[in-house]
Amino acid sequence: MALTKKEVLHMAALCRIALSPDEVEYLRGQLSDILEHVRALQEVDTEGVPPTSHSAGLTSIMRDDRVSDGLEPESTLANAPFREKEFFRVNAVLEE
Amino acid sequence: MPALYNLTLQEVHNLLRNRDASSVEITQACLDRISQVESKINAFVTVTGELALQQARQVDDNRSYDQGSALAGIPFQSKDVICTRGIRTTCSSRMLENFFPPYDATVMEKIYANHGVLLGKGNMDEFAMGSSTEHSAFYPTRNPWDTSRVPGGSSGGSAAAVAADEVYYALGSDTGGSIRQPASLCGIVALKPTYGLVSRYGLIAFASSLDQIGPMTKSVADAALVLNAVAGYDPRDSTSINTPIPDYSKFLTGEANGMRVGVPKEFFGEGTQPGVLEAVNTALNVLEGLGVSVEETTLPSTRYATACYHIIAPSECSANLARYDGVKFGHSNSEAASIWDAMEMTRQEGFGPEVKRRIMLGAYALSSGYYDAYYLKAQKVRTLISRELDEAFQKYDVLVTPSSPTVAFGLGEKTANPLEMYLSDICNISANMAGTPAISVPCGFSDGLPVGMQLMGPALSEPALIRLGYAYEQSCRWRLSRPHI
Repeated sequence: MALTKKEVLHMAALCRIALSPDEVEYLRGQLSDILEHVRALQEVDTEGVPPTSHSAGLTSIMRDDRVSDGLEPESTLANAPFREKEFFRVNAVLEE
Repeated sequence: MPALYNLTLQEVHNLLRNRDASSVEITQACLDRISQVESKINAFVTVTGELALQQARQVDDNRSYDQGSALAGIPFQSKDVICTRGIRTTCSSRMLENFFPPYDATVMEKIYANHGVLLGKGNMDEFAMGSSTEHSAFYPTRNPWDTSRVPGGSSGGSAAAVAADEVYYALGSDTGGSIRQPASLCGIVALKPTYGLVSRYGLIAFASSLDQIGPMTKSVADAALVLNAVAGYDPRDSTSINTPIPDYSKFLTGEANGMRVGVPKEFFGEGTQPGVLEAVNTALNVLEGLGVSVEETTLPSTRYATACYHIIAPSECSANLARYDGVKFGHSNSEAASIWDAMEMTRQEGFGPEVKRRIMLGAYALSSGYYDAYYLKAQKVRTLISRELDEAFQKYDVLVTPSSPTVAFGLGEKTANPLEMYLSDICNISANMAGTPAISVPCGFSDGLPVGMQLMGPALSEPALIRLGYAYEQSCRWRLSRPHI
């Protein structure tokens, strides 16, 4: 299955990655090949087979509701690309 | 006597206990070795020499190696996907080039509690996605046996550092073979534990249902010693198993009489190099000589394992890597006018090609209209792969396969074709799918390059893998051949 340029741009939009025209072109070929490879799964009979999401056989782990030390604000903010006082700074989310 | 850096973890531990060397001396020996060979290998993203010497001095002052832990005072490397407080942790990505974690991963806390000495952080394929370490955003790591070849990946820096005697052991991570395949290509041991046996807290997430941290060592005995330190329940990892942890060194008995080995024929087929087949078949004869019964068996779903993996792993990665939005940490584009443009450009600039491919593929497999055909289907096939392994483990204690279909390949040989690179992990993926343990043990050479044998067992069968791996290792001594760097 060869992906179209439009489909590649849709995939990139789903995960919010900007792509240059060159990137679109080579990703189009490579992603098409990979999708062709994984298509092999369609031939497997999975009628009545439950899905496995992980292998540990654990469900809904609960822990005691106890107060413990979290990260200090300074160490939480230490890696912030942009900050203002004790906040992460971002561009305006709502536009006029 | 061989140079200090040549020794195994176990041997150097004995030196420390007998006062024949100090931690400062062995740490300095490793640092000297690093200055001698690292420019040819590029196994490290960061070398923490000063910190290591400081930790070593403290261990010497307190004689910590008398207190029971085999790791005390001994230098190790941690793959750069494991968070180290205050020490840069990059995942070999531009995205995290300047990330200094505010906390230590649980495995780091555990090794520090055992007085381990951190010598640095291992180069890797970006975000652990790849099989050659060529997807590092910084530089490729080279194979100590032949520097024109790759060390495998994604834990290639860790495998190469151990093989080149720069450190005594390393901690790597294995999502679809990422410690076993490079161990095989570099001629060292790697043990991927049962999913949940070792805490993932502080391991930067790639595919959370598959990721597992494991030891990469010079011998099976060393792997048992490191596993002793890092295994165990951690309430901070919700998939951690709460089970008693044995002393794994108890299983280093040297005998394997009566063990039942199955040999799944699908792992010995087309695409496996003749030299690899020959080495593994010879090793199977050695096992028979140890009183192990060896019988051919079949795991027909193996042929779907890579396809299954390359839906599940990208799907989970697309969710996990959504956090890199340029807001709280990591690379951030400061030029874009709107928050959405900034996010898209942050991710364009911060991620390399392989990471972009996988995130996009995962987002696609999870998207409306494709979820059932791709993601749900792959999860069902995953069930079939696990069931087949379960059935095989009713009959066999251990399944034996090659650890990799090929020996180390040349740099640049597979980078242009991602699909070909994906097939490098074909022997390893089933164990991640099923969450079962597997160990890669050196089993000879093909044209002067190391070959690895993989032993797989059912959940929590680490004792059996260590027992059989050690018995084999004792009868072959492949470790006596060392790379000339």
